[in-house]
Amino acid sequence: MNRATLIFLGAFLVLTLSWGGLLLSNEQGYGALTPYFDDNESKAYPALVPGLAARGALVYADLGCAYCHTQQVRGGELSADLARHWGDRVSYGRDYIRNPRVLLGDLRVGQDLRNFGARAPAAATLYLHLYDPAAVVPGSTMPPHPFLFEQHAISGQPSPLALKVGGVAPGTELVPTERAEALVAYLLSLKDGYDFPEESRKNTPPPPPKEKAGGKKEIAAPAAAPKPEATKK
Amino acid sequence: MSASKPSSPVLPVAEAADIDAAVRLPVLVLLAFAILWLLTASALGLVAAIKLTRPDFLASCEWLTFGRVYPAALNALAYGWGVSAGLAVALWLMARLSRAVLPGGGLLVVAAVCWNVGVKLGILGILAGWSNSVPWLEMPRQVMPFLLVAYVCMAAWVVGALRAGSSPRLYVSQWWVLAALFWLPWLLTAAGAMLFFAPVRGTVQSVVAAWYAHGLLALWFAPLGLGLVYYLLPKLLGKPIRAYYLAPFGFWFYALFSAWAGAARLADGPVPAWTQAAGAIASFMLLLPVAVIAVNLFGSFLGGGLAALGRGVVLRFAAVAALFFVLSTLLYVAMALPGVAAITRLTWFAAASDYAVIYGVFSFAVFGAVYYLAPRLVGREWPFASLIRAHFWLALAGLVLAGVSLSLGGLQQGRELTNAKIPFADVTQHTLPYLQAATLAGALLLLGHLAFAVNFVKLVLCPRHRAASAAAPVPASLLAAPELELEVHAS
Repeated sequence: MNRATLIFLGAFLVLTLSWGGLLLSNEQGYGALTPYFDDNESKAYPALVPGLAARGALVYADLGCAYCHTQQVRGGELSADLARHWGDRVSYGRDYIRNPRVLLGDLRVGQDLRNFGARAPAAATLYLHLYDPAAVVPGSTMPPHPFLFEQHAISGQPSPLALKVGGVAPGTELVPTERAEALVAYLLSLKDGYDFPEESRKNTPPPPPKEKAGGKKEIAAPAAAPKPEATKK
Repeated sequence: MSASKPSSPVLPVAEAADIDAAVRLPVLVLLAFAILWLLTASALGLVAAIKLTRPDFLASCEWLTFGRVYPAALNALAYGWGVSAGLAVALWLMARLSRAVLPGGGLLVVAAVCWNVGVKLGILGILAGWSNSVPWLEMPRQVMPFLLVAYVCMAAWVVGALRAGSSPRLYVSQWWVLAALFWLPWLLTAAGAMLFFAPVRGTVQSVVAAWYAHGLLALWFAPLGLGLVYYLLPKLLGKPIRAYYLAPFGFWFYALFSAWAGAARLADGPVPAWTQAAGAIASFMLLLPVAVIAVNLFGSFLGGGLAALGRGVVLRFAAVAALFFVLSTLLYVAMALPGVAAITRLTWFAAASDYAVIYGVFSFAVFGAVYYLAPRLVGREWPFASLIRAHFWLALAGLVLAGVSLSLGGLQQGRELTNAKIPFADVTQHTLPYLQAATLAGALLLLGHLAFAVNFVKLVLCPRHRAASAAAPVPASLLAAPELELEVHAS
């Protein structure tokens, strides 16, 4: 049994090493990132997520949007994320520190949504898109979400949010549920508008195209978060 | 492992029968649960696959929207099928190799029922909208402690089988199984705590999630599959593992590097560059253990081994598992190279290599092991030999079709994603033919699993020749496996 104990201890050690080296060190390091306070604007960034949008993030998680949509604008020489206008800059670690659940996503069946709020259509179009994606983007393979809408009898004024689609019985209207409103508020809140000076400095490639060794690496690194000690406001 | 010759290389038939009788009930109960989950997972997976190309399919049902049914399928596969079946074969293997007559498996059956109730609650939770949306950790956090306790109770029996055994040796099969049994609760506890009970901030969560996802595949599914293959190949080929003395190096290096390799999943993401680099380096270093393991496993086929593939279906399952282990690990190595990562990450290509581990390595090894052990447990032959062959070919066709189509589709998707001139909507449209092929593969897999289930139910329940051969182990001519125990492992 001695050998079994040895294997047990060895297996424990191996995994504990990686836990300490990858998880604990990152948690102690850039897990301590703080919001950046901009003295000129007297505001801290990233901004707090408004309450309705925060609830929308839960809807985003429960519907599993993250299986098809990433939320990370990637750098790297080959990446076309910026050219696709998925963001003005790559995503930094600091962008996510206000998000209770970070869902970077593994797969891009749909477009990246990290800065969707910056390029989103009007809310009415977005509701229609959720209800019937193919009606907005012909041929879209995004699943329709009819269950985020409910049919009401119109009482008094028609709802301003009512969908303009056919097939609704006269005297009734199709309106987004509270969850749909929260989800849309969340989607519209998705934008990393502020460029942190710390990260920005690190990630701007040196202006003159002077070839230097490891230049690829420099460009490949923009997504990296800064060292924690340098982030104290 | 020890160099000393064992007192009796061949396990006496009577002793083997005693060992099998002691684990019969828990192993069969776990397998029955596992097969039910396998059918559930393949059905849910097929629904998810259809939805990828036909979004209107079952669109009005919120419980079956893609973002819920897809993780539900993966969780049913990983925790319903994977853990139940993995523990079933691990228990049998450990009892056999340690020569342990397990006392009273009743508690183990209780733990198995608890585990499966927990998984059921978790998957219903995902479908009902309590998903965490963290890959492989979607089940609501409330069921996690429950699952962990049930798992520990089950795994403790397997370790108990090792301790109760009379064998003085510890085989490499047992190394892999023992380590995997221990790694899963460690991974689950650490990741669950850091994500759900005391959440870490920002994208550190993504590092935790990547560590867990890779750990689940590379430190639970792959090792269990390997443990079975290390057992089955020499046994069925009737000759020892080639270069057996290297096997421990394969084990330790694989464990060491796989534990870090998960960080490579975050290539070019918003996490520190050193973390990505550590993952890439660890992934690259996997070349070393995979070379050792390949020599161990494929070396046995040299000199007439290939001809044996035609004889037994168990050997074929094990050989495919060995092949896919090498293949999937090489894919992880390739995806760690910076130029490749930029193309393949966030595409179907990366997903395909994960499926290859869980299906090609683990499930194939388990299928082989079940075809080998179940007749010995119940004391009669599989009722339908044709269904076994049908299962093998359907599973292999599904695996290869899904693997090839998703890999090619993913490569094309990745290349088009890096070309901003191609509109994003077109990129997705161009993957549809590949996804349709993968849907067909899913249907083949479901058919194969039905054949497996029918055969298993008939084998266990058919009362006709129960009395006839309950005592003696089966000659198992179909499986072409001698009842020679243990010695074939020695070098």
